Amino acid sequence: MATTQTAPEMKYTVIDSRSRDGLRMLLAELWQYRELIYFLVWRDVMVRYKQTVLGLMWAVLQPLIIALTLSLFLGRLAHLSSDGLPYPVFAYSAMILWQLFSQALTGASNSMLENERLVTKSYFPRLVIPIAAVLASLLDFAVALVVLVGFLAWFRVAVSWTLLLLPCFVLLTVVIASGVGFLLAALNVRYRDVRYTLAFLVQFWFLATPIAYSSSVVPQRFRFWYGLNPMVGVVEAFRWSLRGAGPAPLVLLAISCAVALLLLLIGLAYFQHAENTFADTI
Amino acid sequence: MRTPSNSSNPLAIRCEGIGKCYPIGSRERYRTLRDTLADFVRSPLRHLSAPSAELWALRGINLEVRRGEVLGIVGRNGSGKSTLLKILSRITKPTEGRAEIHGRMGTLLEVGTGFHPELTGRENIYLYGAILGMAHAEIARKFDEIVEFSECERMLDTAMKHYSSGMYVRLAFAVAAHLETEILLADEVLAVGDAAFQKKCLGKIGDAASRNRTVLFVSHNLLAVESLCSRAICLHGGQIVLEGPTAAVTSRYLQNWMPKFKEVFHPDPGSAPGNDYLRLRRASIHPQYGDQQERLTVRTPLVMEFEYWKLSPHTVIDLGVEVINEHGVNVFTTGRLGSPPAAAGLLRSTCLIPGDLMNNGSYRVHVTVFLNGNAGVGYFEDLLAFELDDAPGGPRGNYNDFWPGAVRPAMEWKTEHLEPLPAPLAGEYKS
Repeated sequence: MATTQTAPEMKYTVIDSRSRDGLRMLLAELWQYRELIYFLVWRDVMVRYKQTVLGLMWAVLQPLIIALTLSLFLGRLAHLSSDGLPYPVFAYSAMILWQLFSQALTGASNSMLENERLVTKSYFPRLVIPIAAVLASLLDFAVALVVLVGFLAWFRVAVSWTLLLLPCFVLLTVVIASGVGFLLAALNVRYRDVRYTLAFLVQFWFLATPIAYSSSVVPQRFRFWYGLNPMVGVVEAFRWSLRGAGPAPLVLLAISCAVALLLLLIGLAYFQHAENTFADTI
Repeated sequence: MRTPSNSSNPLAIRCEGIGKCYPIGSRERYRTLRDTLADFVRSPLRHLSAPSAELWALRGINLEVRRGEVLGIVGRNGSGKSTLLKILSRITKPTEGRAEIHGRMGTLLEVGTGFHPELTGRENIYLYGAILGMAHAEIARKFDEIVEFSECERMLDTAMKHYSSGMYVRLAFAVAAHLETEILLADEVLAVGDAAFQKKCLGKIGDAASRNRTVLFVSHNLLAVESLCSRAICLHGGQIVLEGPTAAVTSRYLQNWMPKFKEVFHPDPGSAPGNDYLRLRRASIHPQYGDQQERLTVRTPLVMEFEYWKLSPHTVIDLGVEVINEHGVNVFTTGRLGSPPAAAGLLRSTCLIPGDLMNNGSYRVHVTVFLNGNAGVGYFEDLLAFELDDAPGGPRGNYNDFWPGAVRPAMEWKTEHLEPLPAPLAGEYKS
C-alpha cells in the first residue's frame, strides 16, 4: 500500500493505488510499530484477568482439570499407553501446548473484529493485531509451564538435555497458530461464518492431535496422512523433549515444520491481499 | 486568521488524481460465505468482469499542501471529506491515483479510538498514545502535561468505565493534542466536549500550525475552519468544487452548496421518506401572517409545520427540531416530547418561532423522530433550509452595522434617570 522511499532531500511516504508491499517492507513496518504490538499484548493480558477472582490461576486450572479428567478415565480406567511418561504428565504437557495453540488461533482469528474501531479509525500495519493476539496467549502458557515443572518433580521424571529443545517446539506451535490465525482473521473480516466454524475446527483439531492418546495407536499406513496435521509432530516432539529417551520423532517433526511454514506463507499472503479492503468491509 | 503560506515552502502533501470507488453493496454489514458461494454458482464468471454498479466516493482529487499550512476541508455529509482523510492516513487504499506524504503523520479521525473501559486512565494514556504512533518514551515525557490538560488527575487510577463522557473525551483529546507529528489530519474532533474545552482544543490546533506543522482540518463548524485555516477546499460529490482563501470558500460554499428549501412535499404515501413509525408528507417554514412567499426577516414570526402519516396506533411519536446556523452552530433545539398519544393517521405538528429571536443568516433544520418521548428512531438531516434577512427596528433600532451573536432576541431593557450629575462632573462635557 505504501512504500517509504529515500528521495535526495528527505524520506517520504507514497500512497499508490497500484503498488503492493513486499515482505521486507512489511517486516520493516512491523519493527517500526513494535511498541504498539507490546501495548496491545499488554492490554489483552491486563483486560483478560481484570475482575476475575482467580486471575492467572485460570491459565493453570483449565489444562489441569482436563488433564486430571483424562488421567482418570483414559489413563486409569481405559489404560491407554502414555509412551513411558506418567499419564498425568503425558496429558497435562500436551494440554498446555494445545491450550497455547487454541488460544493463539482463536485470539488471532477474532482479533480483527474485536479491534474494528482501530482498523477503521487509525493506521498501522494490520498484521500488528493478530500478532499481538498470538503473543498474548504466551503468558498463560508460561504460567502453566511453571506448573509442569512441578509435575515433573512430583512424578520424578528424569529429564535430560532434550529439555533444552523445548522452546523450539513452543515456537513451532506459535508459527502454526499464526499461519492459520492470519488466514482466518482476514477471512473473518469478510465472512462472519468463520466465528462459528472456529469452535468446531478447534474441537476437531483437538481430536486429530495426540493429546489424550499416543500417536503410536495410529496404524502405520495412516501415519503419513495423520502427520500432515502439523500439531502431531509438535506434540510428539514436545513430549519427547520431556521424556528425554527413545528416538526423536524426526519424520513427523520434519513434516510439521514444512506444513507450518506453508501455512504461515499462505496466511501472510492472504492477509496482505485482503488488508487493503479491511477498513471498507469490516 | 493566518497569512496564506508561502508557496516556496517545502511540500507536505501532494495528491495526483486520487479516487476511491466502492462497488455498491460492498458496504453492507457483512457477507456470509453462502452468499459468495451462491453468487459463484449463479454466475461463475461474474466477478471476473467489472461490478455492475459502483459509487465513486472521491474522484480526480489533485491537491498540494505546503508545510506549515492549515487547510480546511468543508462539504456536506457524503461529499467525500472523510474518505479523503482515510486515504491520506492510509486507513484505506485509493482505487486510483497517487499521493506523497512528506513527514511523519498523525491521524485524529475520532477521539479515544482504542480506549479500553476496563483499563485505568493512566493505562489508557499509554495505550492510546501507542495507537496514535507515539513512542513510549515520548508519552512518558509528556505524561504530566497530558494529565494536566485533561483535568482528570483525580481519576487517573480508576477504570475508564467509571468516567463521565466529558472526562473520557478530555482525556482522549489531551493525549491526541500532544501528538507531535509534522502533519496532522483531524476530522470533526471538536464536535465533542463542552464549549470551554472545545476552545482549548481549537487553541491547541492553532498552536500546532504556528509551529510550522501542517494540519488538514475537516469540520462542519465553519467558524472553527475560518479561525484556524488559511486556505480551504470544498468537496461536493467527491470532487473539489472550490479552493482558495478560507473566507472566500466558506461564503461561496454557503451560497452554492447549502440546500435552500423552505418546503418539502411528498404527496404519495408510498414513496414518502420515513421508517416503520412515520412517513413524512410535508415540512415547511413560512411567515405566521400575511404573504407566504414574503422574504423572511429576523423580525418575522415564523411557523414550522410538519405533516406525517403516523403508522403505529399505540405509540407516541414526537419531533425534535434542531436549528443550525451557517457556522454549524446549533442555535436552538426545540420539541415537546411526551405529548399525548394519538391514533394512527395523518398528523400535523406546528411550532411557532417568535420574531425578534434569531439573528440574520442561513439556517438548516434537522429533525429527529422520537418514540414514546425518549428513543430517537429516525432522523431527517437538512430537512429544511432558509435564510433570515436583516431588518431595521426590533432590538437593532436604527443602528445598522453588523450585529454579532448566535441569536438576536428582543430582551427587556429599561433605563431610568436616578439623580442629576454630581459637582465634579457637572460642566465636564463640552460640545
